[in-house]
Amino acid sequence: MKLTINNEQVYLYTNNKEIDPSKPSVMFIHGAGFDHSVWTLFARHFSRHNWNVLAIDLPGHGRSSGATLTSIEAMSEWVVDILNHFKLEQVALVGHSMGSLITLETASKIKARASKVVLIGSIAPMPVSEPILDATANKPGAAHAMLTSFGFSKQNLMGGNPNPGMWMVSDSMRRYEDEIQAALDLDMRACNAYRNGLEAAAEITAPSLMIHGDADRLTPLRATKTLQSTLNEARISVVPGAGHSLMVEDPNHVLDQLKEHLL
Amino acid sequence: MRRFTASPGAQKRAEIMKDYSPAELDTLALHAGGKPDPATGARATPIYQTASYCFPDSDYAAALFNMERPGHVYSRLSNPTTAVLEERIAALEGGVGAIATASGQAALQLAIMTIMDAGAHIVASSALYGGSHNLLAYTLPRFGITTTFIDPRDEDAVRAAIRPETRLIFGETVGNPGLDVLNIPRISAIAHENGIPLLVDSTFTTPYLIKPFELGADLVMHSATKFLSGHGIVIGGLLVDGGRFDWDASGKFPQLSEPYKGFHNLVFTEEFGPAAFISRARKEGLRDFGACQSPTSAFYIMQGMETLGVRMEKHISNTRAVVEFLNGHDAVAGVAHPDLESHPDHVLAQELFPKGTSAVFTFEIKGGREAGISFVNALNLFSHLANVGDAKSLVIHPASTTHFRMDEAALAAAGIGEGTIRLSVGLEDPKDLIADLKAGLRAAEKTAGGAGK
Repeated sequence: MKLTINNEQVYLYTNNKEIDPSKPSVMFIHGAGFDHSVWTLFARHFSRHNWNVLAIDLPGHGRSSGATLTSIEAMSEWVVDILNHFKLEQVALVGHSMGSLITLETASKIKARASKVVLIGSIAPMPVSEPILDATANKPGAAHAMLTSFGFSKQNLMGGNPNPGMWMVSDSMRRYEDEIQAALDLDMRACNAYRNGLEAAAEITAPSLMIHGDADRLTPLRATKTLQSTLNEARISVVPGAGHSLMVEDPNHVLDQLKEHLL
Repeated sequence: MRRFTASPGAQKRAEIMKDYSPAELDTLALHAGGKPDPATGARATPIYQTASYCFPDSDYAAALFNMERPGHVYSRLSNPTTAVLEERIAALEGGVGAIATASGQAALQLAIMTIMDAGAHIVASSALYGGSHNLLAYTLPRFGITTTFIDPRDEDAVRAAIRPETRLIFGETVGNPGLDVLNIPRISAIAHENGIPLLVDSTFTTPYLIKPFELGADLVMHSATKFLSGHGIVIGGLLVDGGRFDWDASGKFPQLSEPYKGFHNLVFTEEFGPAAFISRARKEGLRDFGACQSPTSAFYIMQGMETLGVRMEKHISNTRAVVEFLNGHDAVAGVAHPDLESHPDHVLAQELFPKGTSAVFTFEIKGGREAGISFVNALNLFSHLANVGDAKSLVIHPASTTHFRMDEAALAAAGIGEGTIRLSVGLEDPKDLIADLKAGLRAAEKTAGGAGK
């Protein structure tokens, strides 16, 4: 679905359906350098179960125009604009990686409007290493390779994709190549600079679910503890053998957990 | 459009060139896609010889049918054994995904049918495998898809052949059988200027000798029967999607960029991003045309692929020895191999194929058709048959076999003469191969001499 907000073209995947405020709603928020299409399987599922699905493309990503936003706070304000546009009183927020930081910030802002929170591959704060920031700024090919390499568990880098015939390494590379180079860099800097994650988490009242790979090499599992203990009512589901790219590495686990938490 | 601000594909490719891979070819050939079997721990990839798969519950079943979960429904669409082979070739090529097909011909047909309707047009190299030529020249026109054949070395001819309805450029990495080297960087640039993809058949070369996606190709197909398998015991094809072609920006492929009625108005580029092509090929082409590969065939192909690197190295070194022997031999009028400076693509081949070009090549025997027949009949080690890429050395006379449907002009355009012999050099000891060829050439000389030359 395409709409215009603040004079910019906004795209969100809704499974070709209009948004009906009388139905339950779930918004999916992608990570750095990606777009709505990382959520296709899950969005299709909740759509079939008669939910509104809103898999957004953040400004300057995928099919949304506009300048890339430079802070998690600004991205969160933009997300709230979308929720207001559709007059959604209740929404479940599902975010991956950078999207999980936007989820934290947004859920703390909209308070009771957030019915449920799901944080996938999430830690707060989410520091990004200097070599990665240098690469996203100056050497995009190297940045794509680093993020792809560290984006999967070592085991999954050699494949075994549950989606038959698909090679997730090249799929990840192509997704980074497709994005505007500056967007990936700005996303990474926004993650690195965001300091409000734990304060936001403390204000969230909605039941929260964390889904995390036990072989995550970008946001290590051990670093989730502070966030989990800060959140109210947070459950963590650990995905064995998986890294940071959980929607690709183990989509069935992610969907089962989303169903349990949201449906 | 997937990219809101279009970044020109050619520029992007120039910047990337060497794609990221988690391991080198020999490692990927053994491991990519092949985890120990989750059910039994079996280290070898088991043959999942089953037509169908149980659903845990009805919602799970609905989710599988509606593409909400990955998994297997019916082995025409996907199979756990075949999926390992598909993932492995995608890994070796650096593509986003692949589909295993019943044969190489089925892979070519699947590629074409996925992105073309009646009225579409193909620009293809004239130096093609005879089976591919048959499909394009005689069979597809019955379904309204026509082809213009061009000399791929003639870039002006390639440009001139492109029409508004052209949807594909197709060539072989090295042409069959004259080893015309396809200039993938130049031809893909012409294709992309015109908003169309380049499909290459890399059967002769395999990912060991060339990685077409790094040079600009968009789709790669293989007859996996040949060097990928190496044992000559199985028929199978593979189609790989590089994932870089921007189907939306092109505007010429509503099959991928517009709603598809056959799947609840799904738009493949919208939902699958870089995997749009290979997703539609599976959801439509395998579903409806059904030229799937059996899991047992996939198992056999993987047995061969495990040793791809070591076999190709030996194929190439043996070929060098054989080419050196034939080149300049009194009974030989000429050898067509890009290793030789006399080959028109020698320089280009050095650039695109640093490890070597091909273990299949032709040479022209003195004395024409009769001498050629004597030569073939006198060989013992080289098997006379219609295949290439076996671990055993093979020989054939193209004018009377693989290319016999082509008229004289088409034969000439494909670089084939009456006395052309095609060899596929295997893995035997090169001394034994050369001894066998010596005997063949003696017989040919006798025939040619008897005929008074």
